[in-house]
Amino acid sequence: MARSFDVKTQPGFALIAAFCFAALYLPIAVLVIYAFNAGESIAVWEGFSLRWFVTAMSNTAVQEAALRSVVIAVFAASIATVAATMAALATTRQGTYPGLSFKYAVLNQPLMIPEIVTAVALLIVFSRIKVWTGYTGLGYLIAAHTAFCIPFAYLPIRARLESMDSALEAAAADLYASPWQAFRRITLPLLKPGIMAGFMLAFVISLDDVVITEFVKSGGQETLPTYMLGQLRRVVTPEINAIATVFLAFSVLIVIMFFFVNRRKA
Amino acid sequence: MSASDTPARIAQRQKTRNRWLLSSPALLIVFVAAIGPLFVMLAYSFMAKGDYGGVKPWEFSTDGWFGVFFSRDIFDDTLTIADANVTIFLRSLRLSLLTTLITLAIGFPTAFFIATRPARMRDVWVFLITIPFWTNILIRTFAMQEVIRNEGIINTVLVATGITSEPVQILYTDWAILFGMTYVYLPLMVLPLYASMEKLDFRLVEAGYDLYANRIQVLRRIIIPIVKPGMIAGSILVFIPSLGAYVTPRVLGGGKNMMLGNLIELQFGAGRNWPLGAAISITLMVLVMVALLVYVRYAGRSGGQHHG
Repeated sequence: MARSFDVKTQPGFALIAAFCFAALYLPIAVLVIYAFNAGESIAVWEGFSLRWFVTAMSNTAVQEAALRSVVIAVFAASIATVAATMAALATTRQGTYPGLSFKYAVLNQPLMIPEIVTAVALLIVFSRIKVWTGYTGLGYLIAAHTAFCIPFAYLPIRARLESMDSALEAAAADLYASPWQAFRRITLPLLKPGIMAGFMLAFVISLDDVVITEFVKSGGQETLPTYMLGQLRRVVTPEINAIATVFLAFSVLIVIMFFFVNRRKA
Repeated sequence: MSASDTPARIAQRQKTRNRWLLSSPALLIVFVAAIGPLFVMLAYSFMAKGDYGGVKPWEFSTDGWFGVFFSRDIFDDTLTIADANVTIFLRSLRLSLLTTLITLAIGFPTAFFIATRPARMRDVWVFLITIPFWTNILIRTFAMQEVIRNEGIINTVLVATGITSEPVQILYTDWAILFGMTYVYLPLMVLPLYASMEKLDFRLVEAGYDLYANRIQVLRRIIIPIVKPGMIAGSILVFIPSLGAYVTPRVLGGGKNMMLGNLIELQFGAGRNWPLGAAISITLMVLVMVALLVYVRYAGRSGGQHHG
């Protein structure tokens, strides 16, 4: 076998693939390793220590930013998931109808526009509203995050709904279930993995956002990513690595959960 | 009771109303917090700039749009090309194109490698591509910064092996932005490429070899034409965010080497020229739209993959 001609190889391709995987993971590995550095430097290794994790965890600015990030992500992802579920129910499994492509276009719009453009457009509008109403709370960030989370919540929910057999709901209706009962007892339980996947995706997207948050936030409303962006301008200590490592671990955990939820077939 | 009020019609009308009611919260949110502001920005681009940022409302002016590519001499009013802005436009286009080409050059063999693994191993390899895709772009940019800085791994290796006697300054150059964007957007190229290579029928490849084609001929005449939709989808997915990149050039370009995203920020910050910033933003948006339209037309004509 080993000497036979293999149609599934191209010279050098495996080497480039190896380079690709190494290039993707090496910088992240270096970042994580130096989070455990005992010294002040992110370039010279001075021994293993957890001191930077302790420093980061006891830094009140980091605590507040992390809490704010989670609060915004919970609100934005929840609202986006509910709205996206309703929209998916209205746009799936009923053939095409007038207005359907308009709905697709609007729901996917946040994916088509460069983030920086949406960010400054929101800056313009929200800065006006802030002056008019005097309200400068987290509402602006939650509204902005909800909008760009919607397409990410919508896609897995729609995909799940499309793979579901509408004969089940028809059977429920035949058995005198009201539309609400059919939805509550048949559609919703079957749709649940899609809804969970949509929520997790939206949550990660909200948590990771830098650009729109940077332009929409009012004074003192740093989220973890904008806090880190601000810190990168200064002299960087491994504290940033420690924050990044915890953040990274958290995101990877959610992604792994997403994979398991999304893989479970009906 | 008119003829149009048959029970069937009433039911139909109710169904239409329910569909709109159900989709209205999502449509409303996207409209209020994403689409609507774009129209406000368009209006702002045609107003006179305020003295301390913002605009003078309802004072019509085309200075914002004029300033995208031209500048007026403050003494004798002569027109000149706005060199700084043109340089930044060209840098953005050049770096985005290069990023697309490099990610394609690395991503194509990688996707091919994954697609030719045994079925069960493919999921693992794809998962390894997906993880960086979902990790924070700022964290990955920061990771890249640590690798290319003067005391970083690359320079340490270069000096230790004697290839160079001193560290090479990579950080805060265009190269740094290019490396950073390539690193950050690479998964966006591999995933669609893999999606089309996974469907590649290797009997066609085998037939090619049976007919005495060599490896390069098979690649050029069989594999590439079949996976072309994936190559184009990946290129669009990399090119568009590269063109609008903000975080990567800000962190790795170090302020001097701006791209369009940073130029826009400058106008809304220290530049205090909101109409100009709005005009540049809309120009960027139009560039992205053009790229998308080219893609849609191409994908439509070649009868390529269906994208949901």
